[in-house]
Amino acid sequence: MSGGPALERMTQGDALALYASGPWTARYAPDLETLVGDVEKMNSKSKRVLIDVSKVAKLDTFGAWLIERLSRSLAMTGAELRIAGLSANYSTLVDEVRRVKETPPPDREPVTIRATLDRIGRSVAQIGDTLIGIIEMTGALLFALWTVVRHPSRFRFTSVVHHLEQVCWRAVPIIVLITFLIGCIIAQQGLFHFRRFGADVFVVDMLGVLVLREIGVLLVAIMVAGRSGSAYTAELGSMKMREEIDALRTMGFDPIEVLVLPRIIALVIGLPALTFLGAMAALYGGGLVAWLYGGVEPEAFLLRLRDAISIDHFMIGMIKAPFMAIVIGIVACVEGMLVRGSAESLGQHTTASVVKGIFFVIVMDGIFAIFFASIGK
Amino acid sequence: MTIEVRNIVKKFGSFTALDSVDLKVGKGELLALLGPSGSGKTTLLRIIAGLDWPDGGEVRFDGENALARGAGERHVGFVFQHYALFRHMNVFENVAFGLRVQPRAVRLNETAIKKRVNELLDLVQLAWLSDRYPSQLSGGQRQRIALARALAIEPRILLLDEPFGALDAKVRKELRRWLRSLHDEIHVTSIFVTHDQEEALEVANRVVVMDKGRIEQIGTPGEVYDNPATAFVHGFIGESIVLPVDVRDGRVELGGKPLNLEPQGAGAGPSRLFVRRHDMQVGPAGSGVIEGAVRRVRAFGPIQRADVALPGGEGETLIEIDTPRDRELNPGDLVGLQPRRYRIFSAST
Repeated sequence: MSGGPALERMTQGDALALYASGPWTARYAPDLETLVGDVEKMNSKSKRVLIDVSKVAKLDTFGAWLIERLSRSLAMTGAELRIAGLSANYSTLVDEVRRVKETPPPDREPVTIRATLDRIGRSVAQIGDTLIGIIEMTGALLFALWTVVRHPSRFRFTSVVHHLEQVCWRAVPIIVLITFLIGCIIAQQGLFHFRRFGADVFVVDMLGVLVLREIGVLLVAIMVAGRSGSAYTAELGSMKMREEIDALRTMGFDPIEVLVLPRIIALVIGLPALTFLGAMAALYGGGLVAWLYGGVEPEAFLLRLRDAISIDHFMIGMIKAPFMAIVIGIVACVEGMLVRGSAESLGQHTTASVVKGIFFVIVMDGIFAIFFASIGK
Repeated sequence: MTIEVRNIVKKFGSFTALDSVDLKVGKGELLALLGPSGSGKTTLLRIIAGLDWPDGGEVRFDGENALARGAGERHVGFVFQHYALFRHMNVFENVAFGLRVQPRAVRLNETAIKKRVNELLDLVQLAWLSDRYPSQLSGGQRQRIALARALAIEPRILLLDEPFGALDAKVRKELRRWLRSLHDEIHVTSIFVTHDQEEALEVANRVVVMDKGRIEQIGTPGEVYDNPATAFVHGFIGESIVLPVDVRDGRVELGGKPLNLEPQGAGAGPSRLFVRRHDMQVGPAGSGVIEGAVRRVRAFGPIQRADVALPGGEGETLIEIDTPRDRELNPGDLVGLQPRRYRIFSAST
């Protein structure tokens, strides 16, 4: 014998005998593959097959798997199969290999109409769940507010101040910077395009109306949703993960009253303040660009601004802010309370909180636009 | 305070977490809910605490309907697996927290709160840590603080959800002995959830074994260990040798060969024979009702452990037996096995 593995074939009528010999190990993988492949390709019509492995000198998982693969492919042709000469040492190995599933489970569900419809249906149901969650949270919040109004001593003033610092005071630099830059960009773009019509000075009108009515509040709300909404979700979610919320409940606290109410009140106070600051910074930035880039003198800018905008524009922007704050706060807290045990779930809900928060802010802005248009403002 | 749970059902979607569970807990008892994960033990505990609501059934504290009250109104102390201490408060404030927020009519004044918290910290032997923050404590210390916090409001019932689950083996052993002595001292009705049988058997007055949302057996640790009511309990508690047998015409058969064993009322058909490992007597071939061949021998400490192959219907069954070190056993030897005590359960139960 040459030392390599071998697989001899012998045919007797409708019976086929295969004699395996030599080392059946991973070292001889290429040889073994060819041997077994040949037999598989042979496509015999034999009704009975015997695989004799008594002369196999060495067997490892690879060899055992090839024997199993061979017997499977032969069994597919409908032959009656017998494996002979398997020593006790190797039988466990072959048995183990046999347990391997023939076809691995598919990695992904196949894309079918049914699966697609299923996914769409689930997404729609999730939207419904989100809305129900928001309504539930609003109800719980109003109840908590009522409790606090009846028992003012239970109101957690310290907590409100703490969150006011987090969402408002610490947000001032970034909000002012971003709105200042946006104001600059609006003015620059306005000048660049209006100049062709000789309408430089109308930039002031555009800047004033746009910033006070829309951009100021919208930009600030989106920033706050990303900055504070995600923080709220992460804070509540991690408390939920560590069972701190359950601990509060067993000690007789309403987590809505203790945790959610102060956060939302802080947002309702903080967001209008930030909106005001943001609008002023944007006007300042716009004015600066108009002066330095467009040659509109500050006096002319202010004069024009006084004509172009009324207190209504300013009020419309400011009225929207607390509503945006409530929406952001509620969405963030709903998501925080939905966090389950794992860190993965915390991440998912934090992302969802920001996405949904920004979405609802924009929807809200659209609704306000329709409302103000219909009352003629 | 007594607790009575009647016919509690809880479903999560299509999954039944609790399937009509009945349970009575006596005054001052320390009861363990024991079961594998997913057996519904934590769900039951949360329902008793008021953190979850059942889909059906009753929970009564001293005969009074507890389901009409929220978690905060039940006067329950709850200890969580992951401690759930408030991170921004030091140990003293954590323990005092429950006292500070009582309704004004029953709230203690500041000196009384201080006294009570110090008493509690003495009780859990951690008074010297009172101004540390939770992040500066070890797991065992945190759990003891969590227990002190739960006890601060003088709960009528103490519930512990896998209190030692997140601790290492040594600390866990220490703490469960400590919990036992603490309970002897304060005698508050307590229920604790665990999946560690040793913990349940060592600490509890009575053990409730649960599986798949049902109670399999309620009994003292001795009863549960010595007289398991079902195959599940026998298999779950203590180490057992399990053999697939058949009961035919009132006789027990192993691999087609009759054994000289009593079927103990198991119905005809496939059954399982359970023998505690220490109840299996090993002798020379022919000395017992079961014959087997030794396959491997491992010796460590005072015992040696042998794999014994028994002839069975489909191939052989391999079991692991313990014998004293001084008994010589070699692979290939034939041995006779005689169960001193055994239980037979029908495969269907």
